[in-house]
Order: sequence, then C-alpha cells, then structure tokens
Amino acid sequence: MKVLVWIAEATWPACIDTVTEIFADAEVRLLATVSTELVAQAAGARIGLWGRGADSNPMAELAQSAAQDRLSAAAARLGRAAETQLRTGRPEREVTAAAADADVLVLARDGDLSRLGPHSLDKHTRFVVDHAPCRVVLVWPGTAPDLASIPAPPD
Amino acid sequence: MIGAEVVAAVLLLTVLAFAVIRPGRLPEAAVAVPAALVVLVTGGITPQRALDESLTLLPVVGFLAAVLVLSELCARDGLFEWAGQLMARRSAGRPQRLLLLVFAVAAITTAVLSLDATVVLLTPVVFATAARVGVRPRPHVYATTHLANAGSLLLPVSNLTNLLAMTALGLGFAQFGLLMSLPWLVVIAVEYFAFRWYFATDLRLAAGTPSAAAQRVPLPVFSASVVAATLVGFVAASFWHLEVAWVAAIGAAVLAVRAIRRRQIRPGELVHALNLPFLAFVIALGVVVKAVVDNGLAELMGHVVPTGTSLWALLAWAGIAALLANLVNNLPAVLILLPLAATSGVGPALAVLIGVNVGPNLTYVGSLATLLWRRIVHDHDHEAPLAEFTWLGLLTTPLAIVGAVVALWGSLQLFGGVL
Repeated sequence: MKVLVWIAEATWPACIDTVTEIFADAEVRLLATVSTELVAQAAGARIGLWGRGADSNPMAELAQSAAQDRLSAAAARLGRAAETQLRTGRPEREVTAAAADADVLVLARDGDLSRLGPHSLDKHTRFVVDHAPCRVVLVWPGTAPDLASIPAPPD
Repeated sequence: MIGAEVVAAVLLLTVLAFAVIRPGRLPEAAVAVPAALVVLVTGGITPQRALDESLTLLPVVGFLAAVLVLSELCARDGLFEWAGQLMARRSAGRPQRLLLLVFAVAAITTAVLSLDATVVLLTPVVFATAARVGVRPRPHVYATTHLANAGSLLLPVSNLTNLLAMTALGLGFAQFGLLMSLPWLVVIAVEYFAFRWYFATDLRLAAGTPSAAAQRVPLPVFSASVVAATLVGFVAASFWHLEVAWVAAIGAAVLAVRAIRRRQIRPGELVHALNLPFLAFVIALGVVVKAVVDNGLAELMGHVVPTGTSLWALLAWAGIAALLANLVNNLPAVLILLPLAATSGVGPALAVLIGVNVGPNLTYVGSLATLLWRRIVHDHDHEAPLAEFTWLGLLTTPLAIVGAVVALWGSLQLFGGVL
C-alpha cells in the first residue's frame, strides 16, 4: 500500500505518528509544499521599493530549504525508509495532484482545533479533503476535543 | 509648438512608467537623469531652480545612503540573526506570541533603520524564524511587509518620504518623533488587532515540535551600540541645527571601517550598498516633478487640496496623499504634495506623510499602480500577484489612516505649542 503524508508546518508530527501507528508496513512518501504565494508577498514588497529593493529575492530559496528541513525532521521521526518529495505551487493543488498515485493520503486538521466541527479544517486542507482522488486519513493534532464541543441540535 | 509644461508632464509619466516596468532591470536613473536634463534644456525649469532643488535633495539622499549602508552592515554583523533567535526563543512555540514579537521587532527596525531594512533584511529572517519555531510563516511574513509601511511614521529616518518632509518643514529630528509617536502607535495597534483577527486560524496552530536548538548568535554589541549612538546623535544634531545626514554618515563610516577590517564586506560591496543609481534617480525625479509642479500642477492641485489645519483638513490631506501614493507610488506623491502641504503648516505636511506611508498598505510597500502596471506589461508576472491579502489591506488601511490622523491632530493640540 502506498501512503502519502502531507508534511505541513506545525501539524506534521501528528501525521507521522499516525503512519507509525496504523500503516506500519506501508510504502511511505513524505510530501512538503512550498507556497508560491508567500514568496510572492516578499517579492511584491521589494518591487515596491523600486531600486532599493535589490533584484534577488532570497525567500524562494529560504522556503525551499525550510520545506527540506521539515522533510528531514519528518523522516527522522518516522525512523524507517521513506521517499521524500517537494512540490512548489499552490499547496492544496499540489497535494491533491500528488495524491493521484497514492492509495491513502494522511493529513492533519489545521483550523480551529478547540472544538469538533467543520472549522477544524482550514480552507486549503478542506480543498484537499474534498478533492483527493484516494482514501483520506484525517488526523487530529494533539487530543481531539470533547463531544460536548458540538453545539446542541436545534429544537 | 509644444509648451514646456507638456514636455515636463510627458517626461514625468515616462520616468514613472520606466521605474515601474524597469525593462531589462535597468536602474530607474537610466531614464530619470536624461529626462531631468531634457526638462532643463527645454526650459521646463530654470537652471537656478533645478540647482536649488538638487541642493535641497542632496542631504536627503546622503542621509538615505548612510542609512542603507548602516543597515546592511548591521545585517552582516548578525544583528537581524540575533533578533530572529530572540524572537524564536521568546515565542516558546506559540504563534500569537511570535506575532507580537515580530510586530515589536519590525516596528523598531522600520523606525530606526528604515522600511528598506525591514523589507530587504528583516523579512527573510522572520520567515526563517517562523520555520525554525515550526509555526506557519504566513502571518509573520505579512506582518513584516505591512509594518514596513505602517511602522515608518515615527522618525525622519524611517522612510525616505519623512526625510523629504523634515527638510521641507525645517522640523527637528526630536520634534518630528514627538509629533509622530502617537500616530505611529495607533497605526501599529490597528494593524496588530487586524492581524490577530484576520489570521486567527493560522495563529491558533501551535508548533508541532520544539525547534532544534540552533547555535546561539550573540548580540553584536558594537553594531547595536553604534546604531543607538547614531540615534542619540540625530536628536543632538537637530538641537544644534547640524545636518543630521552627517551623523548618519559618521555612524555608517564607523561600522564600515570595522566591517572592512574584519572582512565582513568588501569595498566594492560597500559602494553597491550605497545604491548610487537610486540616489541619482531621487534627485532627477525631484527636478522633473518640480518642473511639472511649477508649470501648472501646483495651480491645478490648489483647487483640490484643502485649506486650514482643522481635523477635517488633515483627514483630507491624508486621503489625497494615500490615493496619489497608490496611483503613482509614494515617492512622486510626496514630491508633488509636500510643497503645497508645507505652506499650510506642519499638520497638513505630516498628514500627507501618514497618507503616503500607510496608504500603500492597500497592497505592498510600493503601490497598487506598480503592481497593476507590472501585471499588464509583463502579462503573467508571477513575481507580483495581487494576492487575496489585498482584503487585509482594504480593511486595515483606511482605519489606520483615520486613526493616525486623529492621533496627529491630538499631538498637535498637545505639543503644537513647543514647536
């Protein structure tokens, strides 16, 4: 079985722990994404400075190396052989596309984690969950909130 | 026969278009300097007036050059690395705390070392810090780019526009800071609460793992002390009516000598950090704008701009300035508006600064125009997309400008007497 794991900032350790727990024998691929939007924000600010903004933007390189570091940390936490992959673009599109040749996609909730409900998914993660062309395992980082966090049904 | 005013106006538009599009990544001065000469030859401006304008701008660009060098040398000495580590340590993996620290560091960096330092030198450090802490970098990177504008109200040195205004108004360094401290704080507060609300989801997501302990960078005491001493020097110089550019030059020279001896920078890189083409551009742009203003624009703008120094007049000045900054970028906007505002007094001129400094947060540091034009010309410019975050700008910018102008008005009532 081919398991794809989205190594996103902040939430990835929970995904790795889930893979160790329930996909002990699977073939694992770790995927980190570099958001072009963030790199563009820094570039945009430099453009606005005109000639003072310098022509090179180190952000693209920094974002690449940060994603690479995340992959290395994730591989170390997993502690067994795994393929790593880095994709640049819109994260939600890249993850969805990468999931095409996987059997299972493992990703974490990354929205409002204080209560159970639809807001526990941020919009990009929601996009991936809604469009993933394979089975999806959705992980709670940390402990899932109590059932009592669901509002009472309307009378 | 085409009048001098038409020639000057067409040349100004050409200079601005070239600066925005920058074909072949040529420096802006490549067109601005010839344009200034053409304006001179065609009689758009008298040689005497062009000389006066250049001499007025000379200390301003000198000051700018010194500050550019100062911040570059601080970066090479590890000041920003140190700040990054401080933020990472103090945040303890909590994104909301990191945002507060980023706001503090970005606001201080912008105020003391100018918005250029925040955009060029601090933003990459903040990104690396967020990555090291293990939180989403988005709110923090956006905060630095926003604070480059929003934090640039406090001191003359914070923004090139402020330097121009200080010169035009004959205002002292300390007086400027006194009047602008309240507006500065108000703008930062507005931005902070807007960020907390807008990025609430990102900021709730705590770091998944404790960050790996990086080798600790010590505070570069020498550079930090020179910057602090330079700041004190600015205040002292303005009391003794000395040109503050000299103080900045001394600070930069002290750091430069040390950096060259320690091989932190080569002389060639030091000259590059001075950014001479940009300095030439500022002077040339000043001459061209002066010609356009003299040849009818002042009269034209006279019908639009408000009179008096009431709160409403200040709000109108700031609004016009913000609009113009987003149309033609903040540098030409301030060159056009300052001579008019300065004749109305200190209040209107400082309101113009609030408009041109905070107004560009509608998009980025530069202006809406810069991005739109680049988009149109370069067709598919991936470097400069109009991100969804324009919404953030649309929400915060009007609020921040109004808040800052009200604060300025209050400051003028409080401290106006001592000026």
